[in-house]
Amino acid sequence: MAAVFAAVACGGGGTQSAGSVKVMATWTGAEQASFMAVMKPFTDQTGITIAYEASRDQDALLTTRVASGNPPDLAAAPSPTLLTKFATQGKVKALNNVVDMTALSSEVSKTWIDLGEPTGDGKLYQVYSWVSLKGLIWYDPKNFQAKGYNVPNSWDSLLQLQQTIKGGGTTPWCIGLESGAASGWPGSDWVKEIVLSQSGPSVYDAWWKGKQKWSSPEIKLAWQTWGQILGANDANVYGGAKSMAATNFADAGTPLFQTPPKCYMHNQASFITSFFQSANPSVVAGTDYNFFPLPDINSQFTGAHVVAGDAWSMFNDTPQAEKMIKYLTTADAQAIWVKRGGKISPNNKVPLDDYPDALSKSTAQILVKTQIGKYDAGDLMPADMKNAYWGAVLKFAANQGQLDSILANLDSIQAKAYTS
Amino acid sequence: MDWNLLLTDLPTLIAVIVGVPAVLAAYIVGGEFLVRRLPDKNRPQVRPWIWVGPALLLVTGFLVVPAIGTLISSFQDRQGNFVGLSNFASQLGGFPTGGAWIAIRDNLFWLIFYTLFVLAFGLALAVLFDRVPYENIVKSLIFMPMAISSVALVVIWKFMYAYQPPGQPQTGTLNFILNTVFHQDPRTWIQDETPLLGLIPLNNLALIAAAVWGIVGFSMVILSAALKGIPGDLLEAARVDGAGEITIFRRVIFPLMMPTVVVVGTTLVIFALKAFDVVYAMTAGNYDTDVLANRMYKLLYFSSDTPGASAVAVVLLLTVIPVLIFNLRQFRAVEARR
Repeated sequence: MAAVFAAVACGGGGTQSAGSVKVMATWTGAEQASFMAVMKPFTDQTGITIAYEASRDQDALLTTRVASGNPPDLAAAPSPTLLTKFATQGKVKALNNVVDMTALSSEVSKTWIDLGEPTGDGKLYQVYSWVSLKGLIWYDPKNFQAKGYNVPNSWDSLLQLQQTIKGGGTTPWCIGLESGAASGWPGSDWVKEIVLSQSGPSVYDAWWKGKQKWSSPEIKLAWQTWGQILGANDANVYGGAKSMAATNFADAGTPLFQTPPKCYMHNQASFITSFFQSANPSVVAGTDYNFFPLPDINSQFTGAHVVAGDAWSMFNDTPQAEKMIKYLTTADAQAIWVKRGGKISPNNKVPLDDYPDALSKSTAQILVKTQIGKYDAGDLMPADMKNAYWGAVLKFAANQGQLDSILANLDSIQAKAYTS
Repeated sequence: MDWNLLLTDLPTLIAVIVGVPAVLAAYIVGGEFLVRRLPDKNRPQVRPWIWVGPALLLVTGFLVVPAIGTLISSFQDRQGNFVGLSNFASQLGGFPTGGAWIAIRDNLFWLIFYTLFVLAFGLALAVLFDRVPYENIVKSLIFMPMAISSVALVVIWKFMYAYQPPGQPQTGTLNFILNTVFHQDPRTWIQDETPLLGLIPLNNLALIAAAVWGIVGFSMVILSAALKGIPGDLLEAARVDGAGEITIFRRVIFPLMMPTVVVVGTTLVIFALKAFDVVYAMTAGNYDTDVLANRMYKLLYFSSDTPGASAVAVVLLLTVIPVLIFNLRQFRAVEARR
């Protein structure tokens, strides 16, 4: 599966003696072209060439390469779990003396530096070139305007809005939980976003680390809060429990655009817009669909968001690799892909005008200012726990009354899942 | 697929293309050379072993040894300490909904309904199409799903079972029929656990139906072959004696086909016991549709619970072995009759 490419330096300054950097990432096709465009000025300037290797099966490939003592110099991973594992095993190099820490702390919000120190000993093992945001509530601005609904700016106003929408005879939400073997994950996004915003980062961390019980008041409250969104007997969701279980996450948002709309809001990460477009090719970003971030639940944790990002780690501290990772943390490098579309930079030096459309610009505004950013808790849990979590979402959506037994079952799995 | 990958390691590629056939040829020629050295009377005893040798070696290395390893690990904990039957106790405890019991229940549904439906439909199709001139075309059509991979089969059947809330245009074939012909509300075929006739949950039946569609061509073709093997003069004689077509089927055709029916049936029982792909791709065992093979997979890969997975595997193996032995005996009986 691995596509092996060697990008040859095309700049005038390229000489053999400048050396090269072995890079492994998951980008192929158009994304790979964008990454190469990012690296072109670097190669032009330094003469250092990039030996790029892309694999969608990165977990297996990188694990094998590291185990056999032949890792790439640098690797970028969309999920940090693997890179963190290598950090705890001492397989990756600390970056504190490699990147310009003073510049970094002034250019990115502190949360991105904290996320890069997964071992908690003050050593920076991961840096972020591009980041993304979960917990976006998608809506059709035309429908909101027609009914005189306002974008809610607080949790209470969100709850109020859903009452108003229900009063108007329509279900407020569209939710689809079906996703083959991963069924349930879209609901797990809801729960984790609520946990973070409601009980804050320390509960959130303890929870995915297996030190906070599922039946604890905080986590139970998060499920109940999601239950409030779903409504009694899932009456706030279009089609109710049956439709939630049977609708694929990719199709879930489509009823937003029917006339009359079957629902007014849909919670999903930014990738969903491509599904909006493929289901209704005529819809236009900004006018037909837009988003607002899930409102803060607890004012104590304002601006808390579940985020994801392309994390970089360094396996070999060659001078070339050090130069490259330093380059990747700069606004100049990140802006190149931002302008090409599809990526958001965490760096506040990247001008907002560089974003090609209004949606990515407003996402960038939120991300640059994110005070409490946390990774997807499900991705950080052991596979067993994560799958039980997804299964629990399906059971809860089918019958909210079972919550206590669902949480008890999750507790019993939590007790075992973290030991192996 | 990036073909360049194949070319990155040319020596290995050449070794595989040239080396493997060369080694095989050398083995056969060398073996035959050695056998020729033996005295005449010993040759027939030794030669078969030379020929089955590689197969025996492969079966031992890739089947017998791992099976023994699985058996051993089913009696150990994750650290490798002997724990007796406790892995089996945790899989078989908590009747009727704990441990592996939901999976065992669903495997029983598969065992009964999958086997029964495939045999019944296969037999009916074989007998009925035997009497029409366009037999070959229809049989080819029914056999065609056999060529589809199980995951593709699930994709097709997910369209059949697709659900839209009442009032929306139904995109799923079954719900469309339910809606337009019978004026009923659509059902969530894959998620709905309502027992049908108080017997089998709807979603389990939906999964089994998809699998039956995929395999019915197999039983039809084999049963059809058995049917064609029945001598025409036998049927002629029965007709001359005044037997009706139904009597002929009950008293002549079916008894003569019985050994084949039993062989196909036991093969299907084995298929049913190791049912996995349709369940994995359709529901992943959610909504109480789990089966033992899927449970084993989940324990192994999600829970890293090798001992638990081994215990399930051993249970499965112990269930299959008697069926396997019966199947082989029956198969030999059919062969002997020819």
